[in-house]
Amino acid sequence: MLKTIGDRILTTIPALIGVVLVSFLLTRVLPGDTAAYFAGPAATPQAIAEVKAKLGLDKPLPEQFAKYVVDLAHGDLGQSLTTGQPVLADLTSRLPASAELTLFGLILSLVIAIPLGVVAAVRQGSAVDHICRVVVTAGVSLPVFFTGLILVYVFYFILQWSPAPLGRIDVFATTPPTVTGFYLIDSLVVGDYEAFRSALSQMLLPGVTLAIFSLAPIARITRASMISALSAEFTRTAKASGLSPRRVIVTYALRNALLPVVTTLGMVFSFLLGANVLVEKVFAWPGVGSYAVEALIASDFAPVQGFVLAMAIIYVVLNLLIDLAYGVIDPRVRMSS
Amino acid sequence: MSAPAAADGAPSGQQRPKGRFAETLSHARHIIGENPVTGLSFALFALLLLCAVFGPLLSPYDPLASDTVAALKPPSAHHWFGTDQLGRDILSRVLVATRLDMLIAILSVALVFFAGGLAGVAGVAAGFFGGWTDRIVGRVSDTIMAFPLFVLAMGIVAALGNTVTNIVITTAIINFPLYTRIVRAEANVRRNAGYVLAARLTGNSDTRIALTTILPNILPIMVVQMSLTMGYAILNAAGLSFIGLGVRPPAAEWGIMVAEGSAFIVSGEWWIALFPGLALMLAVFCFNLVGDGLRDIVDPLRRT
Repeated sequence: MLKTIGDRILTTIPALIGVVLVSFLLTRVLPGDTAAYFAGPAATPQAIAEVKAKLGLDKPLPEQFAKYVVDLAHGDLGQSLTTGQPVLADLTSRLPASAELTLFGLILSLVIAIPLGVVAAVRQGSAVDHICRVVVTAGVSLPVFFTGLILVYVFYFILQWSPAPLGRIDVFATTPPTVTGFYLIDSLVVGDYEAFRSALSQMLLPGVTLAIFSLAPIARITRASMISALSAEFTRTAKASGLSPRRVIVTYALRNALLPVVTTLGMVFSFLLGANVLVEKVFAWPGVGSYAVEALIASDFAPVQGFVLAMAIIYVVLNLLIDLAYGVIDPRVRMSS
Repeated sequence: MSAPAAADGAPSGQQRPKGRFAETLSHARHIIGENPVTGLSFALFALLLLCAVFGPLLSPYDPLASDTVAALKPPSAHHWFGTDQLGRDILSRVLVATRLDMLIAILSVALVFFAGGLAGVAGVAAGFFGGWTDRIVGRVSDTIMAFPLFVLAMGIVAALGNTVTNIVITTAIINFPLYTRIVRAEANVRRNAGYVLAARLTGNSDTRIALTTILPNILPIMVVQMSLTMGYAILNAAGLSFIGLGVRPPAAEWGIMVAEGSAFIVSGEWWIALFPGLALMLAVFCFNLVGDGLRDIVDPLRRT
């Protein structure tokens, strides 16, 4: 078991090398001359040459790459021009906001999509099956920023059920002390139910937006794999042995059908980490995505590159975790490897 | 093309054997007749193409002309989709934007079709897998797939510069792995097919087999994939311009129009963001359905 885990961790190394190499290349193909950019618009050629030497841009590429990797190993992702802070510090302070939102959206969509897919598969051709098909088709076609805006219009402007789409917590509510960085958990830890309510109401719309977006692939895979699990021979045997339909569906079919769903989560995370950027912009969510967007608008490139690298590393790690979870859920994977 | 293809095109028991093209056409008619949604999506696709070509002629107003007196007016008989904060007619802007959005989608998909297809075929040609070309293509694809794709697109456009050309290139790059994988998988299925073995037996080189025997057979599947990725390409481009990358104002583009309208949603001016958003949704929806329809025509085994 430990060996399997160790082997799987080793396979992430080529991916990580690729990610670092690509993000290095992205820092070297900045629009125009990087040194001229950092030296400012009124810089003389001499000043540009000085900046070039200072940044190490006059060195050959392999040497620059070595320096880049050493800097990375020290956690140096450069300095943000707009906030004046190291990019790593900015990212770590904003990451909990993004993580909380993404996980909230993902859990919400799992809670809806899996039962939906199961019922659609068990009762093929029923109303639920049709709803499932509509949800899957709509979820693929809806631009995530557009869904968010429609929700804001309906639930904030017309119905006034939701607070203004501005950040994680109401301006008049007290921010809970940082324990995990997740407001929903932190406010419960200190027993501040007012803050919890406020954080939850702010989270609901962006969370639902992300959930609608990620519902489609999860529901589709659940339905498809449930259908094949239900027609499998072990399900027939279970039925023939006189087990209750509930037992057959939940214990026999669903447990097997969930394996492809876990695999799909990798793709869902790729979509979610991208969609997060757009949703954070719509809801003025103070996470890493809106940080990158603000930096983009200000032509401040170090934070953007830091963001891309951080997201890629998180994504590689998430895929690793999914694979490991797969081994835990399915004993056959462990034995065969 | 190749001899076996011509041989199976002549069904026995028919008075006058139909040509391959006529056969495909009648099969297509059958599919469309069976599933009206497919027919509808093809019509919608034609409509989008018409708007892309004739959009500027159809639009009632100049898409860039501002009219401050008529700013932020809801839909009316004069302005069917209302006007934005500068008094520009939204219907005209949505119509004119069709060309730019379709162009980005079609160009990027065409680019990845050739790049991904060529890379895939090169991999196939290099000794049917295991060759170094195949390994390089695989490694590049894996590296791209190691990123969350939209985030990678952000990084590339930020680095290459904020232009429409770069949006097209970026969208092609993030779709690259999908195409090489399809070519690889489909070629793998066919590597031991009778006609491939026959071609090899008659002394064809691997490159020749890849180009003249395998490629024509997987081309239809790649065309289907083009239609399916076009929806994703257009969403990707609109997403990028929504966060200020790629297309820049005052150009009319659906993503940027939704971004401009997003500031007015909280004060109740819904029409600025709604109509371009709906156009975007409709286009993506249409591409997906056309892709499904094409797949039904091309690949009957995978019919849903």
